[in-house]
Amino acid sequence: MSDIADRVKKIVVEHLGVEADKVTESASFIDDLGADSLDTVELVMAFEEEFGIEIPDDAAETIQTFGDAVKFISEAA
Amino acid sequence: MFDLTGKAALVTGASGGIGGEIARALHGAGAVVALSGTREAPLHELAAELGERAHVLPCNLSDPAAVEALPKRAAEAMGAVDILVNNAGITRDNLFMRMSDDEWQSVIDVNLTSTFRLCRGVLRGMMKARWGRIVNITSIVGTTGNPGQGNYCAAKAGLTGMSKALAHEVASRGITVNCVAPGFIATAMTDKLNDEQKARISAQIPAGRMGEAREIAAAALYLASPEAAYVTGATLHVNGGMDMA
Repeated sequence: MSDIADRVKKIVVEHLGVEADKVTESASFIDDLGADSLDTVELVMAFEEEFGIEIPDDAAETIQTFGDAVKFISEAA
Repeated sequence: MFDLTGKAALVTGASGGIGGEIARALHGAGAVVALSGTREAPLHELAAELGERAHVLPCNLSDPAAVEALPKRAAEAMGAVDILVNNAGITRDNLFMRMSDDEWQSVIDVNLTSTFRLCRGVLRGMMKARWGRIVNITSIVGTTGNPGQGNYCAAKAGLTGMSKALAHEVASRGITVNCVAPGFIATAMTDKLNDEQKARISAQIPAGRMGEAREIAAAALYLASPEAAYVTGATLHVNGGMDMA
């Protein structure tokens, strides 16, 4: 697994309090990992800080799964 | 009784009677305060009176860019914004049939839209800190209505609804959003009334007198305190019983 994916997974595990093995490529933050809509906003904020990037609101809406997040950040970072 | 040591508070309209008293109360409880307002001289006077832990941040709330920048300036000056008191407000009174679009819009912009922007601007820091207090100063007329103040009543009632929506959203993050609704408060503005006018107003108030700015400040201080953690989406009416909503 890439360094970016590791760092994203660490944030998700810490923020949502889920087991690391539940955080799979297709795992949806809301449907599979128990996040509410405010959690997804906070995850995006945490990604922005961890990777020093800006994630605009329209892009943030497309980040639904762990895989989406890793893909977006890999392209942006 | 209430200890705000280590907390940083941004107070808008701190150049006015009520805002100044709110800043004094928060500062007196140990908070660092950022005093915002359009008139700089009274802000500097208040900061000088308070001494340490007081910052002056002039801001014209009818300027959207300046409003957007204010939370950042406050966080830079104080290290954070833990408490936001939206007290600033303007009036442009006119009878409904004579009210211009400009009179309507300027009151909505300053009293409602700027408060929305300031709340939005402080949320990120409060969410990360898992602690925050937002206190919006509304008015008795937001619930009772008042002739000649269609714009002002709309803005104040709007603040109440907005505060409740935001309170829902952020309650799980340790952030509370409440309103204080003053009734008739003795300020520089009401000092201009003659004795007969004052007597007529007082006759409508069960307490038999106008309120004092420090009585509004005490309510704001309570809602800003750690003790008020379980109070959110509420309005504290401070009006001498004039409207027991």
